[in-house]
Amino acid sequence: MTLDARIPDGPIEQKWSAWLDAHALVGPRNRAAHTVIVVGTGLAGASAAASLAAQGFRVKSFCFQDTARRAHSIAAQGGINASKDFANEGDSVRRLFVDTIKGGDFRAREANVWRLAELSENIVDQAVAQGVPFNREYGGALATRSFGGVLVQRTFYSRGQTGQQLLLGAYSALQQQVAQGMAQVYSRHELLDVVLVDGEARGIVARDLVTGELERHAADAVVLASGGYCNVYYLSTNAKGSNVTATWRAHRRGALMANPSFTQIHPTCIPQSGEYQSKLTLMSESLRNDGRVWVPRDPDEQRPPNAIPEAERLYFLEERYPAYGNLVPRDVASRAAKAVCDERLGVGATGRGVYLDFRDAIAERGRATIEGRYGNLFEMYQRIADEDPYEVPMRIYPAPHYAMGGLWVDYELQTTIPGLFAIGEANFSDHGANRLGASAMMQCLADGYFIVPHTVTHHLTKQRAPVDESHPAFDATVRDVQERIDRLLAVGGTTAPQVFHRELGNVMLDKCGMSRTEAGLCEAITRIAEIRAAFWSDLRIDGDAGHLNQSLEYAGRVADFIELADLMCLDALRRAESAGCHFREEHQTEDGEPLRDDERFATVTAWEHSGEGAVPVAHDEALEFSSVALATRSYK
Amino acid sequence: MRFRLELWRQADPGADGRYEVVEADGIDAEASFLEMLDHVNERRIASGEDAIAFDSDCREGICGSCSLVIDGMPHGPRRVTSCQTFMRDFEDGQTIRVEPWRSNAFPVIRDLVTDRSAFDRIIEAGGYVSVTTGPQPNPNAMPISPETQEQALDAAICIGCGACVAACPNGAAMLFTGAKVTHLNVLPQGQPERRWRTLAMVEQMDEEGFGGCTNHGECSLACPQGISLDVIGMLNREYRAALRGKPVAGTPGMTAQ
Amino acid sequence: MSTVEVARGRSRPRELWDSTIGKKIVAALSGGVLVAYVVLHMLGNLTSLYGAGDGHARVDRYAHWLRTFGEPLLPYASVLWAVRALLLAALGLHVAAVVSLRRRSLAARPRAHRAKRIGRSLSSRTMLLSGLLLLAFVVFHILQFTTLTIDVTPLREGAVYANLAEAFQTWYLVLLYVAAVVALGFHLRHALWSATQTLGVDRPGRNQAIRRGATALALVVAVGFAVIPIAFWTGVLPQP
Repeated sequence: MTLDARIPDGPIEQKWSAWLDAHALVGPRNRAAHTVIVVGTGLAGASAAASLAAQGFRVKSFCFQDTARRAHSIAAQGGINASKDFANEGDSVRRLFVDTIKGGDFRAREANVWRLAELSENIVDQAVAQGVPFNREYGGALATRSFGGVLVQRTFYSRGQTGQQLLLGAYSALQQQVAQGMAQVYSRHELLDVVLVDGEARGIVARDLVTGELERHAADAVVLASGGYCNVYYLSTNAKGSNVTATWRAHRRGALMANPSFTQIHPTCIPQSGEYQSKLTLMSESLRNDGRVWVPRDPDEQRPPNAIPEAERLYFLEERYPAYGNLVPRDVASRAAKAVCDERLGVGATGRGVYLDFRDAIAERGRATIEGRYGNLFEMYQRIADEDPYEVPMRIYPAPHYAMGGLWVDYELQTTIPGLFAIGEANFSDHGANRLGASAMMQCLADGYFIVPHTVTHHLTKQRAPVDESHPAFDATVRDVQERIDRLLAVGGTTAPQVFHRELGNVMLDKCGMSRTEAGLCEAITRIAEIRAAFWSDLRIDGDAGHLNQSLEYAGRVADFIELADLMCLDALRRAESAGCHFREEHQTEDGEPLRDDERFATVTAWEHSGEGAVPVAHDEALEFSSVALATRSYK
Repeated sequence: MRFRLELWRQADPGADGRYEVVEADGIDAEASFLEMLDHVNERRIASGEDAIAFDSDCREGICGSCSLVIDGMPHGPRRVTSCQTFMRDFEDGQTIRVEPWRSNAFPVIRDLVTDRSAFDRIIEAGGYVSVTTGPQPNPNAMPISPETQEQALDAAICIGCGACVAACPNGAAMLFTGAKVTHLNVLPQGQPERRWRTLAMVEQMDEEGFGGCTNHGECSLACPQGISLDVIGMLNREYRAALRGKPVAGTPGMTAQ
Repeated sequence: MSTVEVARGRSRPRELWDSTIGKKIVAALSGGVLVAYVVLHMLGNLTSLYGAGDGHARVDRYAHWLRTFGEPLLPYASVLWAVRALLLAALGLHVAAVVSLRRRSLAARPRAHRAKRIGRSLSSRTMLLSGLLLLAFVVFHILQFTTLTIDVTPLREGAVYANLAEAFQTWYLVLLYVAAVVALGFHLRHALWSATQTLGVDRPGRNQAIRRGATALALVVAVGFAVIPIAFWTGVLPQP
């Protein structure tokens, strides 16, 4: 198989407009004859569903939550980038493009990233028109701030809940289409398989989570907007329900999975407090502007933090990175925190935590200033950790929170299965090996509002025989799904699904998390095989499949996570270089910085499922950098 | 820590419910209320019993999925979501009663899981600005003062959890509806549909069978987002103006000569 | 689109009555009429404080004036009857709206699971009770002092002062009237603020002032009414 990204010819600035000019259209009166399925109702899914329905296509939108408005995009805090240059700083599409390519450590596709930067300008306009209350300046103009260490203020925000406001905007646009009768939302439904007819995606099999019934839904195109898979680590900043099932089921049906090992671990999260913790909470990384990160020098330190004298504290970021200090990028900060904890210097009950201390900042700038800057974050920390960060240093630890990897898509966001599109975090995205702050929402909404409605339209113009739910392909797929549910229910062991999930997460975080080694990854693959065997022999699911059964839902997701974990380790093993989030200890400079291998790995690795138990096949898409020169990042 | 839980169990929407007493021990004080239930479920599954169904997703207080009435209080004693309620907020050995949202407009699906789709239908009735995807005006062409933006956002932060309905002795959904109407009706983008939106959303709210507001104010006290009772005053004001057919502020009514 | 468009075809009063907010507006406005009357009634009562006045008490003259008001342009007592009709209509609407809303609320929550009290004020949560007590009291009060049907003490038409002086020598009547005006005070305390909220008059900047104003007016009305029976009982006001 050769991967053809189908990038239009011409200069990078004109590729998207050239594509738009050339793509085929469906006449207004013919649109209602086409059904498009959109799976997921986050920023990408809701915006795509609303836009496609507004164009006149029949849209069926699916989410596992009880309503479309709860998708995890709602939790995004910081903001959304747009190269509008409202602050008159000389920002431009090119600058946003270059920042994104560099931030991704040169592992993203230039043409896609350019288009993303170009479309970023429209997103904010669209959201404002929907009534999204972005922060404003005194004169009534949109406010912007800088974010994630870039040199311009291009981030638009609604206090600390930009994701919520943007999602409610997209959700309300979708509800408007529901009212118009153009879209239908199937909440509490989970995609369990994609239905292929003659190699094309022509529908899905979804389980009604309330009645347990397996439903068939035929369509002319299927868009997956089912989010990322960081819950493979068990503890992550993702929602409890976020899962890989939709993309993994598509992968098993033939869609290639690209760069699965690219997962971002965010440094400033509240550490795990105990064995029964179910999720990790992210705090804005702006805290590192004033907080100093340290651990005690003595591994057997027993004193409370404030009693430890200055000389016995190890300010490890300041010592190792004198130039950037506490402000090194996410991946560097995360790796350093892990390293000191591996040396048994970590703090807190679990030993997986480092101090983020505001003592000096409060002494220097006064409590009121610090409160003004971070008051709400301190409050949130106090609520969760039950400690007063004004008095006692915060404890933080990195947590997985975003998957750059995902389904491989071409320029049209179409997977290797014709008619199956992947958007938002579900696709291997425009973020390469590392995502910059405030760019996830930008990508989701660019995909959903402005790209996929056109590329789906283009796909729908290709003549094909109508398919309905009585097609034998649906029978066969429903049979497969039913068999798998029966298999899960029939294991009849004694262990709840979360136990396997937790074990899997421990292995993945340790061996395929912030830093990776060949030996560690090989060990992980062995451990994953053991967990998989144990899962299929000792799982217990209570109840049956004929009603709301959360254990059954969870078990199915864990089973898919186990398979994904294996592929992530293979991918991490194959990529014998360090790039962005992917740090292979064998590939570092003398002073411990990541070492890319552009000769061999300036590529996207897309994995093909080759059957149960068989080794997946890797395909490479070579990345060309003609608009921005390959360069090395340095923070020393 | 150790707790005695009285959990509402109900097999199906139509089934009769009852309280089941469940002992939860070995609970970490730092565990959230939902993690405590996870723990209970994990043990129940291991010992051959069935798990207790409850809704949750983001577990950081923003998605609005979690919906437990804990000792009679929607979300528990701390005016935060159930997922941000921690076991350290309770006494060791305490008996805690856990119920689903109680409202006939939110039928129980199973155990502690309710169907809150009535809220979606209220939004569907008019909780949006009728724009479709496409070129939009320059957002700075319509300046919005920070005060107006703050007022809109103070209402728009509603997470749609339904605690307001669960807290209301009348089972009213005025805080939810008021929050959405306030959000859109104070913004310039919401003006063209202001009157229609208000009427349509109130009508749908009534259609869903929510009760009438008697201004007790408990919805606002239970709201994890702290949404003010003022949004109800705003909704009432908007409704009265809409019913009178008063033209939208700033647009002079035309009279036939 | 559909239901709302259809709904627009209804008459405006119908539309008002059909919605919960509309019914509350009816309750608030009709309540407002009753409050206005109650205040005037209280002020009228206070004329008793001028005392017996040699057989021509101010309050008796006031009662007479109420009946002759508008003469000779209008027939005797016509304004009084018009006011009475208005009050009856307001009371009818008030009760009907409240009953209808109450039924809705009962249907909206499962009866077996009443909501826990979080922050309901005493006056807000006893609205129904205070309302029912007031309704019962009003019936008794009319039967006693207006129609003179219930004559536990001797009553004479037109002799308001004497009737009051006589009646409020009986301890249980004093107690009954004081209790009734206390219920009225509680009812008004929540009702006055609540009505401004329902009518959308309340706004964030005015809220505290309106709430305090409601409490103050409720207190004034309750004290203004209570002062009469207490004054007769304690002998502050002389017998005629």
